[in-house]
Amino acid sequence: MELLIALLIGILFSAGTYMILSRRLLRIIFGTSLLSNGTLLFLMTSGKLQRGESPILGKLSTTYTDPLPQAMILTAIVISFATTAFCLVLAYRTYQEIGSDDVDELLGKEHDDDH
Amino acid sequence: MLFILTLIPFVASFFLILIHRFIKTKLGWVVIPVPIILFLFYLGMLPQTLTGKTISTHLSWIPILNISLSFEINGLSLFFALLISFVGILVILYSIYYLSERERLANFYVFLLLFMGAMLGVVTSNNLMLLYLFWELTSISSFLLIGFWFEKERSRYGAQKALLITVSGGFCMLIAFLLLGNIAGTFEINELLNSYDSIRQSTLYPAIAILLLIGAFTKSAQVPFHIWLPSAMEAPTPISCYLHSATMVKAGIFLIARFTPLLGDTILWNTTITFVGLSSLLFGSFIALRQKDLKALLAYSTISQLGLILCLFGIGTEAAIFAGLFHLLNHSAFKGSLFLMTGMVDHETGTRDLTLLHGLGKAMPYTGAIAFIASFSMAGLPPFSGFLSKELFFEAASEAPLHGLAYLGNFAYIIPVIAVLASLFTFVYSLHLFGTVFLGKEVSSSTPKNPHEAPIGMLAPTMFLVILNILVSLFPNAIAQALIAPAALTVSGSLPEIHIMFWHGFTVPLMMTIVVVIGGAILYSQLFAWKNKFNKLRCSVSANQIYDSCLYALPKVTGRFTNFYMTGSLTNYLSYIIIACLLLVSYPILHYGFITAVSTKDLAHIELIEVVMMIVTATAAILAAKMKKRVTAILAMGIVGYMVAMFFVMFGAPDLALTQLLVETVTLILYVLVLKQFPLGMDPHTPSNSKKRTINIFISLCVGLSVAFLSLFSHSNRLYESISWFYTAFSKSKGGGSNVVNVTLVDFRGLDTLGEITVLCLAALSIYVVLHLFTDKSGTVQAISDTAYLDDDATYLKDYTEANASPVTLMQKNHQKDNDLVILTFSKPVSFIILFVSIYLLLAGHNAPGGGFIAGLMTSCALLLMYITIGKDFMSHIPFKVGLFLPLGLSIVGGCGLLSIYFHKPFLTQTFGHILLPWFGKIELASALIFDIGVYFVVLGTVMSILFNIGKTES
Repeated sequence: MELLIALLIGILFSAGTYMILSRRLLRIIFGTSLLSNGTLLFLMTSGKLQRGESPILGKLSTTYTDPLPQAMILTAIVISFATTAFCLVLAYRTYQEIGSDDVDELLGKEHDDDH
Repeated sequence: MLFILTLIPFVASFFLILIHRFIKTKLGWVVIPVPIILFLFYLGMLPQTLTGKTISTHLSWIPILNISLSFEINGLSLFFALLISFVGILVILYSIYYLSERERLANFYVFLLLFMGAMLGVVTSNNLMLLYLFWELTSISSFLLIGFWFEKERSRYGAQKALLITVSGGFCMLIAFLLLGNIAGTFEINELLNSYDSIRQSTLYPAIAILLLIGAFTKSAQVPFHIWLPSAMEAPTPISCYLHSATMVKAGIFLIARFTPLLGDTILWNTTITFVGLSSLLFGSFIALRQKDLKALLAYSTISQLGLILCLFGIGTEAAIFAGLFHLLNHSAFKGSLFLMTGMVDHETGTRDLTLLHGLGKAMPYTGAIAFIASFSMAGLPPFSGFLSKELFFEAASEAPLHGLAYLGNFAYIIPVIAVLASLFTFVYSLHLFGTVFLGKEVSSSTPKNPHEAPIGMLAPTMFLVILNILVSLFPNAIAQALIAPAALTVSGSLPEIHIMFWHGFTVPLMMTIVVVIGGAILYSQLFAWKNKFNKLRCSVSANQIYDSCLYALPKVTGRFTNFYMTGSLTNYLSYIIIACLLLVSYPILHYGFITAVSTKDLAHIELIEVVMMIVTATAAILAAKMKKRVTAILAMGIVGYMVAMFFVMFGAPDLALTQLLVETVTLILYVLVLKQFPLGMDPHTPSNSKKRTINIFISLCVGLSVAFLSLFSHSNRLYESISWFYTAFSKSKGGGSNVVNVTLVDFRGLDTLGEITVLCLAALSIYVVLHLFTDKSGTVQAISDTAYLDDDATYLKDYTEANASPVTLMQKNHQKDNDLVILTFSKPVSFIILFVSIYLLLAGHNAPGGGFIAGLMTSCALLLMYITIGKDFMSHIPFKVGLFLPLGLSIVGGCGLLSIYFHKPFLTQTFGHILLPWFGKIELASALIFDIGVYFVVLGTVMSILFNIGKTES
């Protein structure tokens, strides 16, 4: 199972990286979303997968899945939502101010050699 | 004590910065006690060094790097320290009259004190790193002082040149110091001698010697690094006198003298120093002849005289070193007074041009007398002190082929020849200097100002230096015994028997002097005949041209290199970052052979449904990357997100699954809201750069591969025991809840969660700011007020009241285009159901799946459903501002944490207890619930304010 998930993580990261290397702002943001999904699975695999019941303590079971990565992932999900929202708004405002969503058209001015 | 002495100038300069505004008199009078005190203190140490004793202090500073504040006074350093403080007194006194009150006097004296402290630090420090520190500080203060009149382009050029050359030399010296410290295992200079043999036998000895000498040569303006000294003459004349003739340029000589006991007396050391010194001696005296500017003449003369002293150190016999130190003293006296004299001439006539200055002797008799004594001393004529040291020089030079440099064979006879030749030129330019300026018929009309005698304040310090000259020539042996002998003892370890006198009989040195005087007299009488021819000579390549072209070319080349990779393109920068990360990750993998460290044991088994899910997710991800239409891309992204949630279900993580599902939903709404604002299409405009696309695909695949490997690697290699058992074991007993994930978040790791929700608040705030600020045409940043949006609503509401329609018809009027009646009807009850479920999840979260994060997201979903169906004016239906949830939630969480402090427990300690309620039975209540409610409000506030703010700006 871990092999399979590792493959999936690889695919998610490849797709995400490819997207953030493109020139359109929206695609870059989508790329970060894919990357963060890959990261969630990565964290999940770093614990052991599927060992026992979900970590709600009860009388039925004595083995539970690892709760520590889960707590971290929960935090990660919410934070990545906030940052995605921020990136989106930033991209939107950039487009509004500059009139382009192509990062190669957002180049600053050449620096003067005199300064 | 020594440490405090060294600190005095720095402390004084610091206070000068603070108080100079309140001082009404000329600043120099306030500053002048500093060198006087220093001079007296150092003078008090003289009796001790006479007997060969040293005074030292040691203060630990950075012990781990062997750097300490250790100082040592020996004969050599005391000689220099006295010279520095004595000339310092005179120069400050002189400057009081030289600089007008309109100048930036505070700058001047602060820099001067800084220099004085640094220079004293150089000569007294006993730690290599400390020495380096002070060494560079002298370069920096010299830079500041040369650029004192920074309005002038030449000043800035000269200052930069001096700094670049001396600091590069200092850098070489630093390398030498580090090598020395590495071999000896200490940076303490007196301890280095313990490793005498290992240093000399080291294969690095040549490198150490050469690098150290480069440092010394750059500082002492020796050929070919001499070019900075003439340019440094842009400094005020007192500075030229102090830094660029009497003290700082002698730091190089000091360095060589200080390290002669350790590194000296080898063929490499002696030959290099001798010939660099000789060439500077000859070159400087030769070029000095063709200068028109008085100060430039003196600058080249300084280069030449420093070369003379170095040459003596190169010959390296006891007598030669003694002669070198003796000449150093004489040079400081006569060259210092000549500089000060030049300053007076410049001050009173307004020019330093030798072609304009004639016959000033009548108008400035005292200055003339000073110039007479100083220049004849420099020419090496009896009965002045210069003659004494020149005789010693000739003696050492003529004996160099026998003692000292005997290994050079007959070639060593070039030394006395060059010595005579250079002295001949020195003789001529010294006469030229005095004769042209002060003798002959007075031509007052040629100078900008009508010349008259300089004020007493300037004459007096110059007189002092001249008197020093005369004293040396009157009592050469007494002064040599008191000052020079202890210094020479420090350098060469023993003292030669020297009795300085004017008349030795008809010896070789006297013959050489006679040749110089006769030859010089002939040359001087024909001066104007051959000077014009000589001035026409031009060297095809000069050191200055090389410097200038380097100065021009270096920024060009580096600029071109920088522009090559700093393209300004985000895509490129990202590639650099990613490639760097890839290298960081892949290097250890390949280098340590981690590939084999992945074990396929202990894996979870695979079920068919998981394979299917994996294929679906992977396909969706690849599609999302390939899609050209954004709606399809968003749908593909959604699939990936929901599938990840499904994986969480499979892996026994209900809380995660719930959170992920809700976040995915909210994100989709977010995309839809923002998407309208963006142009259609997402593919790159230019399909032509397929090469770049191939590179990108390659980079992406590498990233994927390495991350996949890392995940397997981290799974199969655990360096430490997992700490997860703690959370499972104590969740119930210490946290009072069965949902381990939730207890971890709100109790065990409460501070992390507090940090996290703070980040959420910040994100919401940032989004608010980004949306509400804009730059207007004039370039100033302005804010769009909330009321601008509300105004829209207000007009809208006004329309509505005028039409006197019911809210339902209004809603229908506005939204019938978008939403059908079924959604409109059902959205409200459905929203309320979701709302209730979310509150249940919030309260149950401690023991069952749920909690503040999930409940907050779910409540947001309920509100968003209403928002979507009703539209923009949904905002006006909410009786409170969603933004207020943020501070509310944070305060609840913070208050909950502070409450535990009230009970004398650490911040954010949680407690729980059991309450018996009718109907419900025994209920467990934890204070963590309050914490969770705070989290709930923050999440709710964040999501709502983000989405509402984006929604509001829809155009």
